[in-house]
Amino acid sequence: METVKIVVAGPFNAGKTEFISSISEIDVVSTEQKITDNPGVEKDQTTVAMDFGRITVDKELVLYLYGTPGQKRFDFMWDILSEGMLGFVVVVDSARPETFREAKTILNRFRRYATTPYVIAANKQDIEDAWPPEDLRIALRVSSNTKVLSCIATDRESVRRVVLELLYSIVDLAPED
Amino acid sequence: MALKGNLKDFNVTQLFNLINLARKTGSLTIEGPDRKVEVCFKEGKLVTASLNGQNGGLIGMLQKAGKITAEQSRVVRDRSETSADKELGLLLINAGYVTQDDIVQSVRAHTLDVVYLLFTWTDGSFRFEPNRLPSEGAITVPINLENIIMEGSRRVREYEMLQSELPHLDMALRFTERPDAKLRDINLTVEEWRVISFINPRNTMRQIAKANSMSDFKIRRIVYGLLSAGLVELVMPEGPQEAPRVSEAVSAPPPVKRSLILRLIDKVKRM
Repeated sequence: METVKIVVAGPFNAGKTEFISSISEIDVVSTEQKITDNPGVEKDQTTVAMDFGRITVDKELVLYLYGTPGQKRFDFMWDILSEGMLGFVVVVDSARPETFREAKTILNRFRRYATTPYVIAANKQDIEDAWPPEDLRIALRVSSNTKVLSCIATDRESVRRVVLELLYSIVDLAPED
Repeated sequence: MALKGNLKDFNVTQLFNLINLARKTGSLTIEGPDRKVEVCFKEGKLVTASLNGQNGGLIGMLQKAGKITAEQSRVVRDRSETSADKELGLLLINAGYVTQDDIVQSVRAHTLDVVYLLFTWTDGSFRFEPNRLPSEGAITVPINLENIIMEGSRRVREYEMLQSELPHLDMALRFTERPDAKLRDINLTVEEWRVISFINPRNTMRQIAKANSMSDFKIRRIVYGLLSAGLVELVMPEGPQEAPRVSEAVSAPPPVKRSLILRLIDKVKRM
């Protein structure tokens, strides 16, 4: 059986766990613990190891979705997770500009790990204060050929569209059989 | 939809960059601890600015710029039946006190004074209201933002912010493809021109700094300005480079067949 993987990265509390939960066919395997930093943010648990989701295509092919830990002190995990990935999604909380700088750092770091395709999920577009994807593109300084997609991580259809767009970018670069 | 945030997280240079590149129209209000500034933009150009809800009025601006005397100012105020700047401007020109160019220069100087003050603010909440413009009677002087952004970035003193914006000096630069980015219309310093002359996807920022004997801080500050003004963008360097550190090695994508990805796409489409 062949397994392939996509990594879901993003700042703390951006919605990575919800993103994977919305599309995974299994309950997301999360290793979460009580948070010990970022005391001001209303989230009492955070992912310290990884989220793990699965989409089974058939008996011979499975896609795994790995979520990176949101807290900086676990960023040593990122290069392990990014090894051999097909591509990655950077989830950004569009309603919290205070996290954009971190999102940009994460994006640049993953771009350095691998030259694989990626998309940006402008999450929480259902919140009134959310910055539109096109403004987020400028805020994150990504070029016009990078897909910055409107997303609501709790909505399966929205997440499905983001994953599909990433797969379209991957297939464009994939070698012919 | 209004854009909201705090300058601690998204500074004035970044806000102006967003407004410039997105060609936004509307009003930006920034509230500091004891002052409030409102700046209006039309299609990405700065048109008016006011401090604490007062733009000084045309008479005040002209007097401040030395274009009219206190006595002329008093006479005009006494005789005019309007407070709209456009009508006042016509009265002043007809009375022979000022020329149209005096008015444009004075309004422009006032607007820039207010905006450059903003670049000293590091804290304050902001709110951008799309499509909100100054009143009909206001005199608006459109000013390109690129020069203002470059000037603002020259005033940056925070090393941590620059390092966070540009963590890796081994990235390269290339010019953006914006047809309206007219480099010749932007006032650049000699050092900025030197950096510009080395911009090429084959040259990393570190190499450019070395060639120009610039410190990490200086190259970051210059590149930050050029990026914010929308003149250049970051790219992975082309051609042979120094080997990256093992922990940051760029790995090639795994050899995955096209048919496999198409199966994945088919599956996700059917979900």
